[in-house]
Amino acid sequence: MFFGIEWDTSSQWAFAISIFPILLHGLVVTLQATVVGFFIALALGLVLAALKSAPTRIIRWPAKLVTEFIRDTPLLIQLFFLFYVLPEFGLTLPAFLTGALALGVQYSAYTSEVYRAGLEAVAKGQREAARALNLASSRTFTHIILPQAIPRIIPALGNYLVSIMKDVPVLSVVTVLEMLGVAKIIGDRTGGYLIPLSMVGGLYLVMTLIASFGVRYLDTHLPKRGLSLK
Amino acid sequence: MEWTSYLAPLSQGAWVTVQLTVYSTILGGLCAFVFGLGKLSHNPLLKGFSVAYIEIFRGTSLLVQLFWIYFALPIMGQAIGLDLRFPPVVAGVVALALNIGAYGAEVVRGAVQAVPKEQYEAATALNFTSRKRLWRITLPQAIPEMMPTFGNLAVQNLKDTALVSLISLGDLAFRAEQIRNFTQDSVTVYTLVLFMYFGMALVLTACMKLLERYVGRWRAAGR
Amino acid sequence: MNDATNTRDPIIKFDKVVKRFGDHVVLDELDFEVQRGEKVTIIGPSGSGKSTVLRILMTLEEINDGVVYVGGEPLWHQRKGDSLAPASEQHLRQMRSQLGMVFQQFNLFPHMTVLRNLTEAPVQVLGVSKAEARKRGMELLEMVGLTDQANKYPHQLSGGQQQRVGIARALAMRPKVMLFDEPTSALDPELVGEVLNVIRSLADEHDLTMLLVTHEMHFARQVSDRICFFDQGRIKEQGKPEEIFTAPKEERTRAFLKAVLDPDD
Repeated sequence: MFFGIEWDTSSQWAFAISIFPILLHGLVVTLQATVVGFFIALALGLVLAALKSAPTRIIRWPAKLVTEFIRDTPLLIQLFFLFYVLPEFGLTLPAFLTGALALGVQYSAYTSEVYRAGLEAVAKGQREAARALNLASSRTFTHIILPQAIPRIIPALGNYLVSIMKDVPVLSVVTVLEMLGVAKIIGDRTGGYLIPLSMVGGLYLVMTLIASFGVRYLDTHLPKRGLSLK
Repeated sequence: MEWTSYLAPLSQGAWVTVQLTVYSTILGGLCAFVFGLGKLSHNPLLKGFSVAYIEIFRGTSLLVQLFWIYFALPIMGQAIGLDLRFPPVVAGVVALALNIGAYGAEVVRGAVQAVPKEQYEAATALNFTSRKRLWRITLPQAIPEMMPTFGNLAVQNLKDTALVSLISLGDLAFRAEQIRNFTQDSVTVYTLVLFMYFGMALVLTACMKLLERYVGRWRAAGR
Repeated sequence: MNDATNTRDPIIKFDKVVKRFGDHVVLDELDFEVQRGEKVTIIGPSGSGKSTVLRILMTLEEINDGVVYVGGEPLWHQRKGDSLAPASEQHLRQMRSQLGMVFQQFNLFPHMTVLRNLTEAPVQVLGVSKAEARKRGMELLEMVGLTDQANKYPHQLSGGQQQRVGIARALAMRPKVMLFDEPTSALDPELVGEVLNVIRSLADEHDLTMLLVTHEMHFARQVSDRICFFDQGRIKEQGKPEEIFTAPKEERTRAFLKAVLDPDD
């Protein structure tokens, strides 16, 4: 029994059908962790990107080092670090939030690069043209650079959203009951790993298929010449 | 306990991590070429199999794949009368290699397709067989283009090896968890381990850059 | 028709060949013959199917209908009893060995030295020994005047030099027919002459059949035995260079020649 739902081991089909709603409970947690982690990554990435383009080297350099450090170390270790170390500093978060935070930290390294690359891809000429027209630099950024950078940034961020979703199972090690963790527990208790684990694989395929379809839709339907921010 | 006393067991774990990374990266590179070229094949069976492999391993989570190979495959083997129980190290290397290989296969496919079609035409005009055209003309031009992304994938693979600790393989992440359990000194242990992974990643990146420079000789400087 | 086509044994023959790209008909039931050793230049407006003729011969484009013969054998088909079946790769490779092609964009292998560009195919395809291939390669480089560039890479050469290597590379396979697809169109004007000189020296070889597509009318007149004016996927007019250039019969030919020869009018 799990989440108050009994499983039926009378036959393989009955087993699969009976654990499906249990897995869906896990799926909801997976999606929640994905979304929360993604938003943390978006925000932290923005901070890192801003620091990395700071005018002084004293800020730029450490920011680059931190990004590199985050990107080159495993999510699992970062998760353990946050899970065991934060409480020692008096910050005890629920496992779910710690997990989402770890995802957000790990992927902030990637999103910060997406922001930077997206802004740089907007031709340098655009910036020069704006300067030639004597636009204020803040206005150049909000009215010229940003509208053209966003259509490039969004699909790349979408790809990382899918990656985050695929990394959520790591959170099961700190007792977050996401889909894979749930399937593993069902397997531990019944000895039948094959069906729950295969179902999780299948559900993941469906989700990534839908997600990559969405990303492709965004990629082809966002106006390449720039968004109107009005 | 002194933090220096952690170093011996952690180095043991790090050595396992290094071995896992090397084996699975090489095996993954092999998968990348086989299935990346398979996806471009005109043989529908080979092409279909390659596409299915790439979609399945890119479309699901590495941890799901690892657990499936370690926990679920033996049960399936039982059902069809085969012993598919693998020791953790084999399951770990296979899962890592298949996973990174699927991402690599898309890199291989992209780089091969990016070779200008004029090069195929020139090779055809000189009457190369399709196999020799691939080995002599296409791949030498495509491989240098793959290398930067392969470098990133290798580092990704190094990080991913941490997950095999979850099927009780004694790598760096596993040792760290053991020591933390024993000493409760989580700050020191995990800080140390993070820096060890960072160091290994830097070394691996340097190695991949060397390899990149080596195969870069095949590239035309003019293009 | 002129006397060249009266010979019984053409090395190249197009028999009612149709080539379409989508709805666009590039070759419209084309009949076309080239005799052994003949030097033929194809001229005509862009889109008239000139390059397509060469690309079909080099097996880079398939045909939609008709039959192409090279040396009396069907190129895109195999004889099966009395009927013709689509050619196998093996048949295509056998047929291709008679042909060499020089491309507009040179298409040298960028990852190989100049000499390697000349030896790779002889060694890998014909099974010639490396030493022999190198010897022949150096002879060819001497012929095109590039012996001192043997160990450079293509990108270190000028366009004219690259195209001369391109010609030598095709010759290294000892083809019976050389196809030149606008060999000087991608070159800066001052580099055109050196490439034309090499082609001109080839034109003196009796056995070699040459099929050229070019916009260099003056040059075409010098080296060709016959000029074919292509328009809308067919040969509109053909004949000896003097006839075509001095007294074209067709209005279309006259208009085309006027446009390319005195573009300022």
